[in-house]
Amino acid sequence: MLDILPQLLVSGLLIGGVYGLLSIGLTLIFGMLRIVNFAQGEFIMFAMFGAFWLHALWGIDPYLSIFIITPVVFGLGQLIERVVIKPILHAPHAMQIFATFGLSVVLQNLALTFWGPDYRSVQTSYTSQSFIVGNVAISATSLYAFLVAFLMAGALMAFLQFSRDGKALRAMVQNRYAASLMGVNTDRLNRLAFGAGVAYAAVAGCILTPIYYTYPTAGVDLIITAFVVVVLGGLGSVAGAMVGGLIIGVTQTLTGFFISVELKDVIALVLFILILLIRPQGLLGRAGMEEVGTK
Amino acid sequence: MALDIVDLVAGYGDITVLRGINLSVPAQGVVTLLGANGAGKTTTLNAISGLQASVSSGAIRLEGTDLTRMPAHERVEAGIAHVPQGRQLFPFMSVRENLELGSYAPRARGHDKDVLDRVFSIFPRLKERLRQQAGSLSGGEQQMCTIARGLMSKPRYLLLDEPSLGLAPIVVKQVMSVIRQIAGQGIGVLLVEQNVALALKQAQYAYVLEHSEITIAGPATELQNDDRVRKAYLGL
Repeated sequence: MLDILPQLLVSGLLIGGVYGLLSIGLTLIFGMLRIVNFAQGEFIMFAMFGAFWLHALWGIDPYLSIFIITPVVFGLGQLIERVVIKPILHAPHAMQIFATFGLSVVLQNLALTFWGPDYRSVQTSYTSQSFIVGNVAISATSLYAFLVAFLMAGALMAFLQFSRDGKALRAMVQNRYAASLMGVNTDRLNRLAFGAGVAYAAVAGCILTPIYYTYPTAGVDLIITAFVVVVLGGLGSVAGAMVGGLIIGVTQTLTGFFISVELKDVIALVLFILILLIRPQGLLGRAGMEEVGTK
Repeated sequence: MALDIVDLVAGYGDITVLRGINLSVPAQGVVTLLGANGAGKTTTLNAISGLQASVSSGAIRLEGTDLTRMPAHERVEAGIAHVPQGRQLFPFMSVRENLELGSYAPRARGHDKDVLDRVFSIFPRLKERLRQQAGSLSGGEQQMCTIARGLMSKPRYLLLDEPSLGLAPIVVKQVMSVIRQIAGQGIGVLLVEQNVALALKQAQYAYVLEHSEITIAGPATELQNDDRVRKAYLGL
């Protein structure tokens, strides 16, 4: 029974990486704008449909379509920030929830209207390919998704740490007024942060297309886990999202095998609650950060 | 060559805080704006830097350039640096990162090194504290860091809001000597202070803001001997 443990751990880590990738955009938007984007899953779903159609119509590989879909969603995100997010940036939480939840409903129904409720999938030459290392089989698509997830997380952390605008974004979270006094155009950075946040959802969507079914409510099913991961890792922490993703992925895989598949979400959520009892700010979250950013 | 405020009417929403004030800050030296709590001193600075306060009429001109309707971030580029009250640093960032953000505006880019050297010559203490988180500095050091951050944008005019607030007397002395140094380097300083005696010692010219209007204006030495100022603000 224990000789399967390496396989379970590897599978858990791989799926955990994907959870992390699904969560990065969400934690970025919350971290920078203090907005919980309930429509984040719908951006993932739109990217999945994009990748599906690019493949169905022109035979474009889903991984290649990342380079087409991500810039489009980035631009779309900036536009949506201007129209939907900007007016509610300093509004009460209830109003923010209505706005992003409403956006989610609109996007879901647009997809339903245009493409119908069918489950679709993309078959590629590598869909069922896997690498064998020792007695562990590693699914190619999951491995690619895992690698892209860490690459994207690393790129974002480097951007926030070292670039001018990255520093300005972090400064804006800590003190919006003072950031403006430094000559930071906070309107532009808000657009940038939201655009980048949904662009991360787009990358996640493209990466998931060969693994997961594409349908109008795919985002809802995916994003629930992402919310758990974001809170577990610490709201606003990119590294936390990755660590949280791995923990949830491994927990689900292990309990799915050793205890019961039906209970895998239950155990993961129990662990989630236990961790939050000890660290209410999440694993890598900073206590008090949620208040700091409200100025 | 001056920063000119002309017939400025400004406030927050429906509340008018400034009813047509006029003041002028020359390109070199210190001008002080005095007044009691709530007189509208901070509002004047916010109107100049384009944040929070909204201007309903009048004009703000920087050496001929009209700033009145300019977005806040462009005003920094035009040469305004506003050092806000209450040391509004970025608490979870290092002193170095705070200073780097001070030179975010394009006018300061590429000059970071020179400006940083100049800032260190005024604030040698900050050089030792570069890696420390800004939130963990002492009150005086935080005030120094805030002023230093303002200087990093290579401003032509520096707006200082209550730099002596909450500081020990010895630190206040240091801050005032720093202000003299800055004014000597060819920067126009608009100093807002509640400590009237102190401010009048630093400044060449002074304005007194009372009930939303400028009621007294003149050379600082004259105001030091003005009966109204002595009675109301110096307690003499």
